[in-house]
Amino acid sequence: MARMRYQAALARALRDEMTADPSVFILGEDVRASLRGVSRGLVADFGRQRVIDTPISEQAFTGFAMGAALAGHRPVVEFQIPSLLFTAFEPIVNQAQKFRLMTGGQAKVPVTYIVPGSGARRGLAAQHSDHPYALFAQAGVKTVVPATALDAYGLFLSAIRDDDPVVLFAPAAVLGTREEAPEQPEAVPLGDGRVHRAGDDVTVVAIGHLVHDALAVAQELAEDGISVEVWDPRSILPFDWEGLRASVEKTGRLVVFDDTNRTCGLAGEVLATAAEEFPLAAPPRRVTRADAPIPFAVELEEALLPSRAQLAAAVRGVLDREVVR
Amino acid sequence: MRSDLYRTMRTIRRFEEQVVELVNANEIAGVTHEYIGQEAVATGVCAALRPDDVITSTHRGHGHVIAKGAEVRRMLAELLGRTTGLNRARGGSMHIADVSLGIYGANGIVAAGAPIAAGAAWAGREAGSDRVAVVFFGDGAVNQGVLHETMNMAGIWKLPLLFVCENNGYAVSFAASEATSGSIVGRAAAYDMPAVHVDGMDVEAVQAAAETAVAHARAGDGPSFIECETYRFVGHHTAERTMKLGYRTDEEIERWRERDPLRVLAERMTPDEVAALDGEVERLLAEALAFARESPRPAVADAREYVYASGPLPREGVSA
Repeated sequence: MARMRYQAALARALRDEMTADPSVFILGEDVRASLRGVSRGLVADFGRQRVIDTPISEQAFTGFAMGAALAGHRPVVEFQIPSLLFTAFEPIVNQAQKFRLMTGGQAKVPVTYIVPGSGARRGLAAQHSDHPYALFAQAGVKTVVPATALDAYGLFLSAIRDDDPVVLFAPAAVLGTREEAPEQPEAVPLGDGRVHRAGDDVTVVAIGHLVHDALAVAQELAEDGISVEVWDPRSILPFDWEGLRASVEKTGRLVVFDDTNRTCGLAGEVLATAAEEFPLAAPPRRVTRADAPIPFAVELEEALLPSRAQLAAAVRGVLDREVVR
Repeated sequence: MRSDLYRTMRTIRRFEEQVVELVNANEIAGVTHEYIGQEAVATGVCAALRPDDVITSTHRGHGHVIAKGAEVRRMLAELLGRTTGLNRARGGSMHIADVSLGIYGANGIVAAGAPIAAGAAWAGREAGSDRVAVVFFGDGAVNQGVLHETMNMAGIWKLPLLFVCENNGYAVSFAASEATSGSIVGRAAAYDMPAVHVDGMDVEAVQAAAETAVAHARAGDGPSFIECETYRFVGHHTAERTMKLGYRTDEEIERWRERDPLRVLAERMTPDEVAALDGEVERLLAEALAFARESPRPAVADAREYVYASGPLPREGVSA
């Protein structure tokens, strides 16, 4: 077992799929030079026909990928900055995502959109700090947010192999993390959650980089005798509702730790579903990003992002309260 | 062959007239965007194409889809919302497609088909084929950013792609002369591709221009741009006739009707030839309508089908 770095896991997944399947190629801005490391070294081995630098034309190169997919390819489109997805929202959500439905299942649209460095990363300010995974899931696009290196490898592989459009958000905060990995890591299916730490008292749903913060909080609370289960959906859409149900049936309590805006964010959806369908012993809570763009100053940025202290307080909060029947 | 060109144009014309009646009778839901008056463009361009070539179309797409060879009865079934429709009643007029014929769809968003066609053009070349792709769009699309982004990409990558601008004079009610600074072909020329302006009411002129552009693309010489000057004889969509928008005069419409593309071509043929083709088209459409009307409506239990190729169905809107 060697420790695999998250960013290297993404690069390896792409290299492995490009080796295995000649229909896979990557396009985007600066992918030959590979500013984000996902396509590092690929141009030397696969050539410029499969590692395609594009002009700064997000709408066009995103739509281009769809046309290539309809004609039999499996494109990977890289966005250097999460907010660039907003310029490409139309070709992803309104074209690629709806095409199968609109044509009554005539075609598959196997495009993977990858954001290697999503979310806030200290000091990049409002237009480079979004983490818009809930937005794409809300629009019906398959969406994954791997938290660890193994999941990054496995989910990227599955996203490329999937016959539908998939957006993969790799949080900036975890690109440098490492995880024990076997010689040949495996694909991770979409829609399959992961228990990172088993516990009995509270289920904490954590997404992306927040999984690591949740694990630190769980460790800290264990010293006070509180047993936290850290559960990571890994896919936002499809969502592993049965996996979450199993966890909540065991613990009866739920906190969601989610780096999307509070209003119409993922946490709101998880809480609503839990309230309607799961047996809860106490009202659930959520710790989310505030409903505001990220300001420049680092202390202001931190003030708006979900924190470990907030999570610890929320966990203690759901343990203090019982449902009044 | 003039008879083939005429048959296709007549089929489009009568299909659209039929559709207007069906919309007005509420047999077709919503509104449709009729191609009446513009038949020479789709017909002339598609006459220069092979079955394996790809097109992307617009909200005014019936003409392109018919000209590229789609089954008329399955188109009509689609518009009537039947399961035998090309899109199994999931697409309707604005998304009608037949991917097996290289028809990558009509499109509800102006200029959105441009990069899709570019991707298909690239893929054809990668596959070692000399097939081409065509993006149809209107005069309104020349002011959409994505069209320009795509023209640039087609230029730098020398994609086997035809940009076919159907300048019918109006983006809904906004005149092209008011909307567009400079000339349309001038813009295309700026991206270093051959750009020509043709009479979009003369199908043989359109076909000749398309054949030149297709040969250029098949030879590996890159994209071309054809501006077809044309006119729609009816409203932007079916509902416009009751809206009294008044952005163009009856005189202007009459002036263009004198150059009806069907008449322009028919004058080059014998009356007997034309009459025989007219009869053939009537029989085709009568059969198509009967087929569509007899076809089943979709089961409402299947409303969430066809969204994803794999994985669970989309969630329902009620709690479990």
